[in-house]
Amino acid sequence: MSEQASQKNEFHLPNLERQPFEPRALQSIILSTLTFCMAIIACIPLFSVLIMLLYRGGKRITFEVFYALPSTAFDVGGGFGNAIVGTLFMVGIASLISVPFGILAAIYLAELAPESKIATVASFCAKVLSGLPSILAGVFAYAAVVLLMGSYSAWAGGIALAILMVPTVMLTAEEAIKMVPQPMKEAAAGMGCTPAQAMLKIILPVAVPGIITGVVLAVARAAGETAPLLFTALFSDYWLRPNEPTASLAVLIYNYSGMPFPNQIELAWAASLVLVLLVFILNLISRAIGRRKTV
Amino acid sequence: MEATATETTAETSIEAVAQATATGTADLDPEAITLDCQAEKIFYGDFLAVRDSHVPIARNQITGFIGPSGCGKSTVLKSINRMNDLIPGFRFMGKVYFHGMDIYDKKVDPVAVRRNIGMVFQQPNPFSMSIYENVAFGLRLNRFKGNMDEKVEKALRGAALWDEVKDKLKNNGLSLSGGQQQRLCIARAIATEPRVLLMDEPCSALDPIATRQIEELMVQLKERFTVAIVTHNMQQAMRVADQTAFFAVDISRGGRTGYLVEMGATKELFANPQEQLTKDYLHGEFS
Ligand SMILES: Nc1ncnc2c1ncn2[C@@H]1O[C@H](COP(=O)(O)OP(=O)(O)OP(=O)(O)O)[C@@H](O)[C@H]1O
Ligand SMILES: [Mg+2]
Repeated sequence: MSEQASQKNEFHLPNLERQPFEPRALQSIILSTLTFCMAIIACIPLFSVLIMLLYRGGKRITFEVFYALPSTAFDVGGGFGNAIVGTLFMVGIASLISVPFGILAAIYLAELAPESKIATVASFCAKVLSGLPSILAGVFAYAAVVLLMGSYSAWAGGIALAILMVPTVMLTAEEAIKMVPQPMKEAAAGMGCTPAQAMLKIILPVAVPGIITGVVLAVARAAGETAPLLFTALFSDYWLRPNEPTASLAVLIYNYSGMPFPNQIELAWAASLVLVLLVFILNLISRAIGRRKTV
Repeated sequence: MEATATETTAETSIEAVAQATATGTADLDPEAITLDCQAEKIFYGDFLAVRDSHVPIARNQITGFIGPSGCGKSTVLKSINRMNDLIPGFRFMGKVYFHGMDIYDKKVDPVAVRRNIGMVFQQPNPFSMSIYENVAFGLRLNRFKGNMDEKVEKALRGAALWDEVKDKLKNNGLSLSGGQQQRLCIARAIATEPRVLLMDEPCSALDPIATRQIEELMVQLKERFTVAIVTHNMQQAMRVADQTAFFAVDISRGGRTGYLVEMGATKELFANPQEQLTKDYLHGEFS
């Protein structure tokens, strides 16, 4: 009786004990369980792909696959050294084009004229471009480079990949530059830096980890692209000659996985594993660099 | 200069300030004016932020800017070294004479102005580099070709920070505490020996001890530099400023425009302010 009275009393001490069956608590428990399950499920595709690749492709990974050329239809053995070189070469070309381009554009967008018409339009275009189906980049490079040069080539492949990389590099670099604290930028101006000095000595050094993260992610994506290369670099069974059709891991997988020869199918699995590991390692590198951020 | 500010006790330095303040004259000798800020109108876009403020800043003295929030103290202070040029829409009408030269003249390079008129901001803002490099930064910018170590040590001693950081000069400036960071920013600003040092509420993020250290430092600094400081703390203005400028907001014309109400030797201004506004403001502060 007296207990009831004291519960009605407004000034009674609040009850701090857990009440697991209150609707509020139940809701919270259900929600956190649900999100936990979804997080686990989200990991399943990556791990199942990895496990399958390790199982199917792992046994074919020998030294030979890294340096040998593909074997002919009914042969055994062989490798895809040319495809690895081709992928590295074309991704390298794409990076050489897109990284300076993207970073310079990002400097303009983030620092020099963030409010200007050009900046608004450019940043909108970059966002649209980053969602562009990659095959369209291939079609564009086909029309712009392949038809002009008269032949499929590693250059055309590199340009197609660059088109895909530019928006990623540009948008992440813009973000990284904008993340540099405003007071630090003011301090640079206050010390008597010209805008160029402030950018080179103060802002870029702080933004570099963020920029590198973006570049690595863009490279990882470009390394796995198939569609744009089908239109531009095509494929080749020989070592790299930049003016001619060029092999790449992605297109090799696409071609060989459909062949009726067990050796080629094994090579396709092994190439898939190499490609996934490459992307995986690049992602780890970008995370490691991202974590080193000082600000 | 070798005796660090931390060694002097607060009491003795206040006495020193009181004496210095007593000798500060109300009508300044025109020869002694290093900087003559004659702001007629200062705009942010269409917004008239400050009008009709004539603030002469005397050499080797500390000039304090006081007044309610939003009255344009920072605006005027930052106009003095053209920091506001970075803000889109900013317009300054008037003149700022620095050794007889109008720094808003078309011929003048704002970057050069900022190299001669240093600034310490309200929030400590060291660069993300080592303590040593922070201090050396301005010297390198000015292509200084001498004994860098010596200069860095001198600046750090001048900012009463040397003893605390001499063993970790390679550590990042951002790893210091807030008060140490602010003193690092002061060291960075005085390393290049600018003629004038502008400080916008340099102690607002600091505890009372660090505040005292910085106040003592300012009193030492004025032997070599000319200092202008914005402060919300009346006691601080009394302790350090030789001259004090009181700003207020004028809401009569529909806007919220700041202007200089009166300016004079600190003791004079606090003891018998000429304007009713000043009286009310000081009265509110001290009652
Ligand atoms: N970058 C800016 N853009 C537009 N208006 C501004 C800008 N900076 C300041 N103002 C306006 O100018 C007026 C004066 O601001 P200022 O910062 O100079 O005041 P203050 O006296 O320093 O105030 P506080 O004591 O709070 O720092 C205010 O009304 C403010 O809103
Ligand atoms: Mg202010």
